Amino acid sequence: MTNPPEDPAFDPDTYAEAVAGLLALPIDPAWMPSIAANLRVLHAAADLVGAFPLPDEAEVAPVFSA
Amino acid sequence: MRQPVSEQDWSIAPAASIATALAEGSVRARTVVAAALDRIGRVDPAVNAFTQVLAERALARADRLDTARDRGERLGCLAGVPFAAKNLFDIAGLPTRAGSRINRERAPAERDATLIARLEDAGAILVGALNMGEYAYDFTGENIHDGNTRNPHDLGRMSGGSSGGSGGAVAAGLVPLALASDTNGSIRVPSAFCGCFGLKPTYGRLSRAGSFPFVGSLDHLGPMGRSVEDLALAYEAMQGPDPADPVVTGRAPDPVRAGLDAGVADLRIAVAGGYFARGADADALGAVAALAGALSCTRTIEIPQAARARASAYLITAAEGAALHLDRLRTRASEFDPAVRDRLIAGAMLPAPFVERAQRFRRWYRAAVLDLFREVDIILAPCTPCRAPLSGETTLVLDGVAVPMRANIGLFTQPISFIGLPVVAAPVWLDDGLPLGVQIIAAPWREDLALRVARHLERAGFVRAPVANLA
Repeated sequence: MTNPPEDPAFDPDTYAEAVAGLLALPIDPAWMPSIAANLRVLHAAADLVGAFPLPDEAEVAPVFSA
Repeated sequence: MRQPVSEQDWSIAPAASIATALAEGSVRARTVVAAALDRIGRVDPAVNAFTQVLAERALARADRLDTARDRGERLGCLAGVPFAAKNLFDIAGLPTRAGSRINRERAPAERDATLIARLEDAGAILVGALNMGEYAYDFTGENIHDGNTRNPHDLGRMSGGSSGGSGGAVAAGLVPLALASDTNGSIRVPSAFCGCFGLKPTYGRLSRAGSFPFVGSLDHLGPMGRSVEDLALAYEAMQGPDPADPVVTGRAPDPVRAGLDAGVADLRIAVAGGYFARGADADALGAVAALAGALSCTRTIEIPQAARARASAYLITAAEGAALHLDRLRTRASEFDPAVRDRLIAGAMLPAPFVERAQRFRRWYRAAVLDLFREVDIILAPCTPCRAPLSGETTLVLDGVAVPMRANIGLFTQPISFIGLPVVAAPVWLDDGLPLGVQIIAAPWREDLALRVARHLERAGFVRAPVANLA
């Protein structure tokens, strides 16, 4: 993904710290800049996908068939 | 095209030539396998494609094949053909490492993966396991545990990943065929960087049983080789239902060899525009234009919402990959490649609605792209935005903007595998420099058409996969 724009409403460090507890994931503080950068990329991807209007009836395929 | 092969050339002979010569009795399997093992011993230290060489197993199998022929038994279509498999395929007696350090502690596999068994049923002979990016979360061919696979055409450059060992082994002439996996581009990227042919079949076409997963929603397995005929031989031999893989098709096998030389006159071919015509350097687009010209194709077609398709594949990959590895991330995070670990940890933190949305978008996108295949039979697109980068490079310049290398090599492959379309990656040599790859994309279950187009271009000299000039 391209470098996402900074979103002031999303603080990946705070978010990662909180969710790590829920997931029981021990995180070395030295890993945080890279994890935060990845979260920003994922956030931007989710925004892009989420902005596309989908009908409520668009269901996922339980076992995807091409 | 089959070419006469002199005795000293068996190590770099095409699979089809080997099988024909073995059937005719002009060479013995032991001679072919010994030549391959000798070349691996001489050349692989520079390329680092192999993580395990199975000399004893391969020679024993070659002897059994020679004995069978001496008895007058009928040989399979790949008789005596050496091949190797990315080390996420189960090989009986070895732990399936999947490019990782952690998996080396797994119990040895009890049996070979389905696709290895099927190739050997057709007479092929497994000679080893191949290097790969850790847990297949990679486009570079770099591995911090086993060392990087180097590009045989320029040892200072990336092989591409995650099937870097497969691309390296084929391009270096160590084996004529290699097995690989492709979740977001891991067959097509190393095919492009190393100048090989690769077939990523339709999602669900070939069994994944006995392979270490990455993203079940997107994982495909397929062959890489140096000719379209060799790809077709391997593809035919590996088809068929398999109750051990929940997504593998119950469709009848698709015989492709008989129609391989049918030409392209009846096919409607278009170049992917829009998203696929941006974010690539001039050479990558030039490779597509060269093949379009060779096919007299003047039509451009827009694949709708390709950027969102890629973003969706990215989200699903991060979340499913993280879920698969969550326990290992909790207990052994320091043993991962840091670049893989940090992406997986971020993926584990994705809220479920984001991933669900991406899967729902997948259904919409699939329907939209299938509509395009009412108008065309084949779509051409670049495999990668550039030629093989220098090893260790971390940024890529696209449209004048520096972007992270690892994530963006798959810019053009992800929107295609996202909905499981079959693709032949075809190597193009624009000049004396490194190769580029073009995706020859067909509708689901029409591997035959993509292979036909690749074969037509190969016979006309527009695509080729030469053995690298190594010692």
